Amino acid sequence: MVESAALPAFFEASVRLGVPLALAALGETVTERSGVLNIGLEGSFIAGALGASLGALAVGSAATGVLAGGAAGLVVAAVFALFVVGLNTDQIITGTAVTLGGLGFTGAVYQARFGATGTALTLPTLSALPIPVLSDIPLVGRALFAQAPTAYLAYALAPALWYFLYRTEWGLELRAVGEAPAAAEAAGVRVGPTRAAAILFGGALAGVAGAHLALAHAGTFSENMSAGRGFIAIAVVVLGRWNPLWVLVAALFFGAASALQFFLQTLGLDLPYQLFLALPYLLTLAALAGWVGRSRAPAALALPWPRETPGA
Amino acid sequence: MGAMGELLRRLGPAWATLLALLGTVLVAGLLLVAGGYDPFVAAGALVSGAVGSPEAFLSVTLVRSVPLILTGLAVALAFRAGVWNIGAEGQLYAGAVAAAWVGLSGGDLPAWILLPAVLAASAVAGVAWALVPTVMKLRLGVGEVITTLLMNFVGINLAAWAVHGPLQEARGVFPQTDPIAAGARLPALVPGSRLHVGFLLALVLAALLWGVLRWSRAGFVLRSVGASQPAARVAGRMNAPRAVFVAFLASGALAGLAGGVEVSGVTFALYEGLSPGWGYTAIAVALLAGLHPGAVVATGILFGALEGGAGSMQRVAGIPATWVIAVEALVILSVLAVDQLRRRVVRAAAHG
Repeated sequence: MVESAALPAFFEASVRLGVPLALAALGETVTERSGVLNIGLEGSFIAGALGASLGALAVGSAATGVLAGGAAGLVVAAVFALFVVGLNTDQIITGTAVTLGGLGFTGAVYQARFGATGTALTLPTLSALPIPVLSDIPLVGRALFAQAPTAYLAYALAPALWYFLYRTEWGLELRAVGEAPAAAEAAGVRVGPTRAAAILFGGALAGVAGAHLALAHAGTFSENMSAGRGFIAIAVVVLGRWNPLWVLVAALFFGAASALQFFLQTLGLDLPYQLFLALPYLLTLAALAGWVGRSRAPAALALPWPRETPGA
Repeated sequence: MGAMGELLRRLGPAWATLLALLGTVLVAGLLLVAGGYDPFVAAGALVSGAVGSPEAFLSVTLVRSVPLILTGLAVALAFRAGVWNIGAEGQLYAGAVAAAWVGLSGGDLPAWILLPAVLAASAVAGVAWALVPTVMKLRLGVGEVITTLLMNFVGINLAAWAVHGPLQEARGVFPQTDPIAAGARLPALVPGSRLHVGFLLALVLAALLWGVLRWSRAGFVLRSVGASQPAARVAGRMNAPRAVFVAFLASGALAGLAGGVEVSGVTFALYEGLSPGWGYTAIAVALLAGLHPGAVVATGILFGALEGGAGSMQRVAGIPATWVIAVEALVILSVLAVDQLRRRVVRAAAHG
């Protein structure tokens, strides 16, 4: 029989690990719905973590850190938008460059500011804010409702973005830009600015996700601490079939897959740690192969706009 | 478009590349100034560390260029076929694990048996790593961008598991393997330097790929497929999925070989964190080369110099070596920007 403390701890870790993925993936859902695949999300993510750390240190408050993280993620996404929308460059190559640049610059800034000695940085942490009554629900109450405020942001964003995408005129226009940009343009929707706005929104949320990682989860910053979470968030969008509600569920599923290693350790099973680190990626691959398979992405995803004239 | 436009129009692709490099140097210099560094001290340290002596050029720059050329070829081949293989990093790790495994279990086998076995194993492992996204793309319609990225993390963790578990050194202290058998090591190319025969292998493979793409029927199919899949299907009985299949797997083989050559020629053992992100740098290498196999050799050496010189830049000028990663990103962005500007000018000229 499972020890009484192990299961709630597993749920708690699942949510804690799932929240940054949820935030970044919800932003990327909006971006992809506009027809843009932002592989540079990882760059926004790590910039958000560093921005949050610097902001929190400068002012001494974690809340300021979250805002600074969002701003840093937005700045990185602005570079991506400038190239992809402004110059109509290839989205995948541009995104790869933005991720490389984000990892390189944050590492350089961090080393220049704090030295390469490796002494851990202690940051003002974003502490848990238990919601009365709800956090008393047995088994999952504390896991879901005794988290950092950024977790509640993720819970609120999922239905809000669903409503925005499917029930508002702006949402309809955004989806039209992602499905049929030529038709949207003919109907008077401005494709470029819509996509730029969607990219900036996604970048800011990835920055907040990075802030959550640094301030609520780790309490410190280290180079490459995003560790591919920006990429996983993109996979989470596919898992959630571009629907914000399912994206939140998929992010929590992914958090659970990552938390499984801790859970099995508490059960006393001695399993190779590195294989468990690979598990979430393998599960995502399996889910992509089986469940999601042929589910449809926005029709114009990752395609250039305006279309290149042939022969030029 | 003015004088700048006129200039861009007259410049061919090669000059556009140089212009992109110039832009990179300019932006990187300005950023260094903004960071409070002296860009000239930085550049001096970088150049002397990379090409300051024959020893530095052979043992640092050229040695560093080998995995970059091989993964650069892998990316160039895939991109030419319209396959977004972002997974060279994972394929490289799979190749390195396989090479270490065969190299450790080789015992006293002579080099003429063991060495080809090590390299073949690394290529096969790279193919296996590329096979998962290939099949998912062709059979299940799942885009390869995300699947190759995911396979990278699986590959990195596979190597980490290997050096902590089944392949860990006999002493069991450090997360690394014992040294591979003597017969599994690539011999030196230039006696007295660290440059190994893997460099020659990379040159031969670049020439081979160039020839295949330039003259063979397969190369023609690949180029057409990369340009447009429907068009390639119409223009004769080309089998586009098969072309994608072959190019994807060959790309995986090249990236896997990069890992095998690194283990067999440089480290003689498998470590955690063997690659500082060569699989991603490869994208910059391939793009700057215009996806041309011959030019990949040149850009691979250039990036080898950049990465090789980064260490001395850190020692002499106190500039974090991670700057180099940011510079690689600047290179990609500059190439993209100059390329787009050039196209616009060409288009404007065609319509005007």
